[in-house]
Amino acid sequence: MANVPGELRYTKEHEWAKLEGDVVTVGVTDWAQEQLSDVVYVELPQVGKTVRQSDAFGVIEAVKTVSDLYAPVSGEVIEVNTALADNPAWVNQSPYEKGWMIKLRAKNAATELNQLLDASAYGALLAEAHS
Amino acid sequence: MSLRTTPFVEHHRAQGAKLVPFAGFLMPLQYEGIVAEHKAVRNAVGLFDVSHMGEFEITGPGAVAFADKLLTNQVAGAEPGQAVYSPLCLPDGGIVDDLLAYRYADKITLVVNAANIAADWAHVSALAPADVRLENCSEQVAQLALQGPRAVEVMSGLVPSSVLELSYYRFQEVPLWGTTAVISRTGYTGEDGFELYFPCEYADEFWDGLMRAGAKAGIKPCGLGARDSLRLEMGFCLYGNDIDRTTNPLEAGLGWTVKLDKPDFVGKSALERVKAEGLKRKLAGFLVEGPRVPRHGMDVVDGGTTVGTVTSGGFSPCMERGIGMGYVPPALAKNGARFGVKSGNADLVATTTARPFYEGAFHSKPKKAQASG
Repeated sequence: MANVPGELRYTKEHEWAKLEGDVVTVGVTDWAQEQLSDVVYVELPQVGKTVRQSDAFGVIEAVKTVSDLYAPVSGEVIEVNTALADNPAWVNQSPYEKGWMIKLRAKNAATELNQLLDASAYGALLAEAHS
Repeated sequence: MSLRTTPFVEHHRAQGAKLVPFAGFLMPLQYEGIVAEHKAVRNAVGLFDVSHMGEFEITGPGAVAFADKLLTNQVAGAEPGQAVYSPLCLPDGGIVDDLLAYRYADKITLVVNAANIAADWAHVSALAPADVRLENCSEQVAQLALQGPRAVEVMSGLVPSSVLELSYYRFQEVPLWGTTAVISRTGYTGEDGFELYFPCEYADEFWDGLMRAGAKAGIKPCGLGARDSLRLEMGFCLYGNDIDRTTNPLEAGLGWTVKLDKPDFVGKSALERVKAEGLKRKLAGFLVEGPRVPRHGMDVVDGGTTVGTVTSGGFSPCMERGIGMGYVPPALAKNGARFGVKSGNADLVATTTARPFYEGAFHSKPKKAQASG
């Protein structure tokens, strides 16, 4: 079964969000990387770009398929994981650590994170997808 | 509709395969990962379950003549022990399927795509004359493909040396693991290798026997994902993507399989007309600049107008870039022509290039790329 860390919040589109202060780190879940398999390229926004919750902020290309990346919360992009350009496989190998994608300075982190799924709700969503 | 399984399904599960529905069958998409499996086939050897493919036997005194009536390519010219790749066409030249015809001394076996078994059977049965007998053996026959530069090494010791010495597109019937197997020097990857046909009840012996014989060579079980990326690097057509009932073999670049000098075959007059009138579109192979990847169904754009469609697209694990095929106006099918491919909001820059895309495969160089479906 896919790893679903208890401390993170999740979108229905399989992004995870981790809050530290007012900064939210974003990536895709272990289940998402398993489904995508063999990630070959991640297109990420420029630092300084503002995104709104649920907007597409990037694109993930895998051998088999392509998928948009959706912002779990609104905010300004303050950092992107530029190392993924040379190491896209980190998304597969370490989706919650080395495979992180962007950091957002969130505007309404508390409210918007509450609209996301917690680990048990996300786990239930995956169980449904499997049945 | 309930999914069918091949006799290897428990082996796939034991190997940790991700099983997906494909053409009515539950099939392995991948085991370890598409790239790892793809590279195993290019550099060592891989084993594919392709038992979903169908087999029709044609027997009787009219078998060869009937095959040559059905197929655009010529079976009469083939010797017993030789396989021929051919489209199977409608009277209007549209492609019902692409298949391999195995010529035996006393029969012809057509190996057809899984998704088309029912449609092919209807098409072939309706045209069969009184002097042939048809049998659909699809459910009795298992098929494995052993592909890669070390395939011969895996097979040596298992089969007579005459099998190891088979030329491309030749086959033999040999005793193996308690039954009789048909082994052909064919495949859909561009690498050296074999395809093995045998009765379903011997599935365990063949899977375990080949995996064991291949252990030293680093054999990996390979899924449909790698099968697709390998064939795409060679520029081989995939039925349902690049060819179907709305496309003809000439525009698909399969003109070498259309023998217009044969007396008659289904689709001949339509294809003669297509040839005389000139092609309105052609299947082009193209490379994409940058890290993005073209995909099946994306629009081909030229000067702001949609002029075609991507029929196959993907990431080439060996070339580490996006490659694709699609129908475009003839001017854009010339090597070096440039056009756009629409991926969401992005316009990818594509350049038409000769196929095979990947030049390092065993069969990349020789004269004519021969593809099986």
